[in-house]
Amino acid sequence: MVTTAIPHNPSFSETFISSLYKGENGERFRSCLQCGSCSGVCPFGSLMDYPPGRMIAGLRADEFDLVMETDTVWMCVSCYACAQICPSKIPITAGLMTRTKEELVLAGNVPSELQHALENSQRYGNPMGESPRKRADWITGIQPQVTILGKERRPVDVLWFVGDYPSYHPRVQIVAKALAKILNTLGINFGILGPEENTDGDTQRLAGERGLFEMLAEKNGRIFNKYQFERIITSDPHAYNALKNEYPAIGISYPVQHSTQFLAERIDQLKPLLKQEVPAAVTYHDPCYLGRVNGIFDEPRMLLEAIPGVKLVEMAHNHASSLCCGGGGGGMWLDGFQWEKAHARLSEWRIQEAVDIGANILAVACPYEPPRFEDAIKMTQQAGKLVVKDIVELLADALG
Amino acid sequence: MNIIVPVKLVPDLVEELTIDASGTALDTAWLRMIINEFDDHAIEQAILIKERTGAHVTVLSTNVEGVDDLLFTAAAKGADRLIKLNGDFEGGVNNHALARAITDIVKGLQPDLVLTGVQAHNDLDGQIGPLLAGYLEMPYVGCVSGFTMNNGQVIARKEYPGGLLAEMAVRLPAVLGIQAAEQPPRYVAISKIRQIMKSTIIEEQAIATLDSEGGPTIGRMFKPEVSEYAIMIEGDINEICTKLIEVFKEAGVL
Repeated sequence: MVTTAIPHNPSFSETFISSLYKGENGERFRSCLQCGSCSGVCPFGSLMDYPPGRMIAGLRADEFDLVMETDTVWMCVSCYACAQICPSKIPITAGLMTRTKEELVLAGNVPSELQHALENSQRYGNPMGESPRKRADWITGIQPQVTILGKERRPVDVLWFVGDYPSYHPRVQIVAKALAKILNTLGINFGILGPEENTDGDTQRLAGERGLFEMLAEKNGRIFNKYQFERIITSDPHAYNALKNEYPAIGISYPVQHSTQFLAERIDQLKPLLKQEVPAAVTYHDPCYLGRVNGIFDEPRMLLEAIPGVKLVEMAHNHASSLCCGGGGGGMWLDGFQWEKAHARLSEWRIQEAVDIGANILAVACPYEPPRFEDAIKMTQQAGKLVVKDIVELLADALG
Repeated sequence: MNIIVPVKLVPDLVEELTIDASGTALDTAWLRMIINEFDDHAIEQAILIKERTGAHVTVLSTNVEGVDDLLFTAAAKGADRLIKLNGDFEGGVNNHALARAITDIVKGLQPDLVLTGVQAHNDLDGQIGPLLAGYLEMPYVGCVSGFTMNNGQVIARKEYPGGLLAEMAVRLPAVLGIQAAEQPPRYVAISKIRQIMKSTIIEEQAIATLDSEGGPTIGRMFKPEVSEYAIMIEGDINEICTKLIEVFKEAGVL
């Protein structure tokens, strides 16, 4: 699976391979049992020349340069399934996959689709290359008006970090509007950063652009510092993961909650307001960076079960074994590249699972997912009647 | 091989363009500048030659907002020398003035090869290369999309419509207008650019006068106007779609 789609520059730093052992828990690479669990659980493992277990074997055999000559690592969607299942607790996602991508990015060996997203993130603060000035255009018409902190300059209880896709993607803007409706209904004193917000950088980091991540985090950190708020909420599991687990290491530390956690805390206030019945079999897709990585499994389900008429059903892969939508680790911006290699999309496999369980609605909690899964529905047989809704959309519908 | 790459910044079309009160120029208040796409290819082509056969690459540009990022990025890709030209570029500068202004500077750098973007979207006249070649008394070939070098001459490749390719031999030193590099401009990691910013110096040179004689004078700048043959459908997506369906039905195509 060697492709001409990526320029192959052989200038990998000599210290790279030895540095893998020096990272956090890097010595555990030596304790790999070669049990193959990681390769088996990896959603694209069967399509990689070097699935994770074989990558580790290559590392230990001093043949890692062979791994780096293949496209293997660009099939990794950073879903964390390998790291979670590993009995030796080897940091496969953080310490091997992400580090290898970083080395390839440093050498300039980046698939062109990903390159555009990275360049856009650097220049415009969002991977789609949209105008930063239009970042808050989605709030037009919402009543009561959504506060943009740079304009109103007043302290708020909650800073809502909106994120890229809810800000710009027409489908996900609907989710953003639904969350605004719920926050307004609950009387939350909240504000957004609008044009000053930059992409959180988490997916860019997992795609190997550490320097870009740090630059974006520093930009966001400087903006956070300008305003007064008690906590940050976000509907984006990657923004949540970055703010919770990555930003503090570079000195940017605020209390942060995913929107499902924030709303679940207010379930007593919210539940009596959910009067509109949603009579449907609903299955919930655990986003990798909400569930597997950050352990938030119950709050999204609690919110769904609070909606009258909802019957919650579980897909074959659920909770910690959830199947990645394919958008992580740069997958969101490698769709053509991965399709060329795999002729399969993880989102389509997931839709098949939702169809198999007889669900009417696939509930999600990550802004990558409505467009990914709705596209996958078009490509999956017998999925025509399945509806994709973010949990906050279902809650907003139930508010009537 | 000494390669000089003069490049320029052009308005970034991600932001909507507005015309200023004079009606002859863009309103610069919200204007963001970005490297001219063809110039980005010229830099890439220069770096490819450097990697392939060894060369010293100098990138030079006028000092407008964004120029430092442009130059540091070029250095992170492999450019050896960065030059920023100071002058009065506020009101924009046409290619006649620019070519005259940089001729002596380029000449002083004793180039074997000058690579520049074949054109830029903010003037679409493709004149910087030919004018510069004229002042430098060097041959010029434009719309180049790849070349090989052989015994002091360049074999430049041009693509013509209809699936035809031409190769032309050009004696060095020469000026080439780059349509496309042999590979798309590469990605350079931010950490590399940040490193370069700490270790690389941008030289500054002054341009005393700008003589725009010979260039066009802009009489009026305006956005496309509605003609009697065009219907501009307005409204939200649903309204637009509904009206569009009506239009198709009226036209008998639906």
